[in-house]
Amino acid sequence: MQAAMSPPKTVPARHQIELEVNGRSRSLSVRDGSTLLDTVRDELDLTGAKPVCEVGTCGACTVLLDDRAVYSCMVLTAECDGQRVDTVEGLADGVEPSALQTAFAECDALQCGYCTPGQLMSLEGLRRSSKPVDRSAIQRAVEGNLCRCGAYRHILEAAEQALLQSDVHADGQATSS
Amino acid sequence: MKAAELDDWTDASLDSVGSAHPRIDADEKTTGQARYTSDISLPGLLAGVIVRSSIPHGRVRSIDTSEALELDGVVAVMTADDISEFTWYDDEVPILPGIVRFLGDDVAVVIADDVETARRGAALVRIDYETSDHVTDMEDIGDGSEPELLGNEEIEVEEDGRGDIDVAFEGAAIVVERTFRTQAAIHNPLEPHGAVAVWSGGSVTVYTSTQGVNDVREKLADRLGLDHNKVRVVCEYMGGGFGAKQVPWKPSMFAALAARIVGRPVRIMNDRPGENLAAGKRNASVQTVRIGADESGKLVAIDAELNADRGAYAVGGEASMLAGPFLNLYRCENVRTRSRVVRTNTGPAVAFRAPGYVEATFVLESLMDELADEVGIDAIELRRRNHSGMDQQNDIEWSHPEGILRSYERIAEATGWGEQNADDAAEPVGVKRGRGFAAHDWVGASASPPGHATVTFNFDGSVHVGTSAQDIGTGTRTVLSQVVADELGVEVDSIRLSLGDTSTGPPAPTSAGSATVPTMAPAVRAAAVSAVEDLLTAAAEHLDVDRQTLTFDGQYVRCESSDVDDQPLGDLLGDLSPRVVHGFGGREETAEEVSPRAQGSAVAEVSVDTLTGEVRVTSIAVAPDCGRILNRRLADSQVIGGVTQGIGFALTERQIIDHDLGIVCNPDLNEYLIPTVADTCEIRHVELDIADLRANPVGAKGIGELPLIAVPAAIANAVHDAIGVRFTELPITRKRVLDALAEQSHAELNRTGADR
Repeated sequence: MQAAMSPPKTVPARHQIELEVNGRSRSLSVRDGSTLLDTVRDELDLTGAKPVCEVGTCGACTVLLDDRAVYSCMVLTAECDGQRVDTVEGLADGVEPSALQTAFAECDALQCGYCTPGQLMSLEGLRRSSKPVDRSAIQRAVEGNLCRCGAYRHILEAAEQALLQSDVHADGQATSS
Repeated sequence: MKAAELDDWTDASLDSVGSAHPRIDADEKTTGQARYTSDISLPGLLAGVIVRSSIPHGRVRSIDTSEALELDGVVAVMTADDISEFTWYDDEVPILPGIVRFLGDDVAVVIADDVETARRGAALVRIDYETSDHVTDMEDIGDGSEPELLGNEEIEVEEDGRGDIDVAFEGAAIVVERTFRTQAAIHNPLEPHGAVAVWSGGSVTVYTSTQGVNDVREKLADRLGLDHNKVRVVCEYMGGGFGAKQVPWKPSMFAALAARIVGRPVRIMNDRPGENLAAGKRNASVQTVRIGADESGKLVAIDAELNADRGAYAVGGEASMLAGPFLNLYRCENVRTRSRVVRTNTGPAVAFRAPGYVEATFVLESLMDELADEVGIDAIELRRRNHSGMDQQNDIEWSHPEGILRSYERIAEATGWGEQNADDAAEPVGVKRGRGFAAHDWVGASASPPGHATVTFNFDGSVHVGTSAQDIGTGTRTVLSQVVADELGVEVDSIRLSLGDTSTGPPAPTSAGSATVPTMAPAVRAAAVSAVEDLLTAAAEHLDVDRQTLTFDGQYVRCESSDVDDQPLGDLLGDLSPRVVHGFGGREETAEEVSPRAQGSAVAEVSVDTLTGEVRVTSIAVAPDCGRILNRRLADSQVIGGVTQGIGFALTERQIIDHDLGIVCNPDLNEYLIPTVADTCEIRHVELDIADLRANPVGAKGIGELPLIAVPAAIANAVHDAIGVRFTELPITRKRVLDALAEQSHAELNRTGADR
């Protein structure tokens, strides 16, 4: 707009990098300004991760980078050389859904589904971490994932079903009476 | 078959309906396979970015696109000159207006190889403005000093009501009156508004994030001068709408125009600031309302002066339904509502989940809470005394006159209403607990005809249902499949239901007003009945028996005569080939003898920290009369979602505008505070599940808006219960709580000082 700073007009430099994406080695040439979100969506056609705020607020773009959940809109792909990237598309074992995916479906932990890949990957990050998984850890894991449909209670219920020991009774979910 | 000819559905005939059948597209959504508009990729796809006004009001003197066009990768820049023949909004202003009327108004569109380049290009478009005075505060309209705005030339007052309020107020034993203010709230669906357009020959396909593919098709066809069948609109998955996407918006038209100009497919999605500035909002309101009652609390008069801020343009579908609750929720012989809608230099308003009703229910139910205190009776008892079983404006009965009374009973039972409140002593020092009640009305339970569908048997006996309705995340695919499954007597898994595409089936309504279920559930059921009729007619011809001797149970066509073997469906359909067995059904009318209505109530429990001003909602229960519940789990999902949005509207959400500069300070998700998982609480859906067969032959009335409507009011009443402060302005922020407590302390000091 009128007062905007002029961005550089030069063509950005490109970097040759190697990534392991959902278990497959990928050799990519990426622009130095490309975010990991741009790369998975535009270069690899993995569109589960969503562009929503693009400033690290909403969590809809969450993927795993070396097993850690990251906002992919805040990560420059050029800095990920040699790292492992896991997206929601790699969560199932072939056609067999993961326990988290199954629980999300069973508990209806989604409505429009737009934030769902990010929610799942944040929880998958928790699952792969060495942290003890309890209810408060589950809530912390998805505190950075906005859901405008407001499916939160069912998301917590699904996560508890998938990640907690079965003898722990989940409370606080939407109940019917 | 017309839905009106259907028999009433009894519970005995139902199997899947009423169950918790899993959402049938859950796998697509949990694997990343669901493709939303933002995910559509086509060969040669270009990206468009809308250049938005950086001022709230003024004339575009000139636009210099030369620098942008020099940027490597920029393909074109569309300005007003390129598309001057096209207009938009109900105001029919040029689609790229020469006068910008709010911060974020559309000025130009940059088309480039990718979105990154298009954004760089957009930053290089030089716009010279002649600025004008602006007005962004609706309360500054009407004093004569404000700048001229479209639609403000003559502000009409829409008056409605009945009886004579002046006489009634004179005779009232108790009168309660206050002025309330509610904020502009932004829908902020996570998927922004946007579209991908691709031309082929003289036809265009538009993938767009919309609640109404048919409306988008009709509008684009009209604007582009094409037959409806030359415009295909697709929205298979939509990343949230909540009303914001219930009308056609500019990005779909920009994408179609840009794709035609450059001869390649183009995608244009709003960025997050664009979504906050120019894609709709719940209008701010100022409501001055007084209610009068007799000594027992029975209402004798309601007078409501209602003002809403429409923003700079009239979009269609925006909220002007503030009057609804005052006219309909309670029995009252004398009511006057005067509604006034003004324009400001802010983004256009559009319906947001129960438009008008959420804001007005906060007002009416705050006043009713106060009235209960004045009369000295229980809040629910006051509502019972004022129960209305009818549409008093039109003098016809509600479809289920006692629905809301069942809601009161069940929610009182479920929450232990009337028993002792939890003790503050159990809380940390300074934390006060409270609980509040609110009731609500909802107008949309009727239906939005026309809604049509086809049911076709495949040769193996599986079933295809075709319609052009949408599933906007509510579960339409699932519940309509359940309805067809139960009507046919087949498994849900044997059904494939296509929707979200103008080419997948006959016309269906926009998904809005909780009306999809009451419109489309009877429609698909009628189509299924019609398909069975076709099946039995074909089977009778094939078997050479009387049609009336045949029945279908989902697996077999059976004949009364023992001479004819039971016919397994798949075998029979194979035998009938090449004939295709199918049915067509539709809902073409709404109930006339009664007024379908979906009312309900909510109870909120809160804790208020008087040291920090923080309000925490600790539990919410809602008991919506949505008619027959088609799917328990999906109904629960609507409940937790509506309640969560209600918490946001009550406590944190508001668009903040600097009225001096005319700019929006929080066009993002950093400072526009939608609820996070940490803001939720225990949420209970107190199921009523009353089949309302006078509303339609399925008995379901829709649930989308219901769980939200009474929640902000119930929270405000709970806060009053906790700290004795009646908030007349939303959201109830920490600052407002602390200011109110300080005022309360000062008043207390003055009082005790005077006593001494």
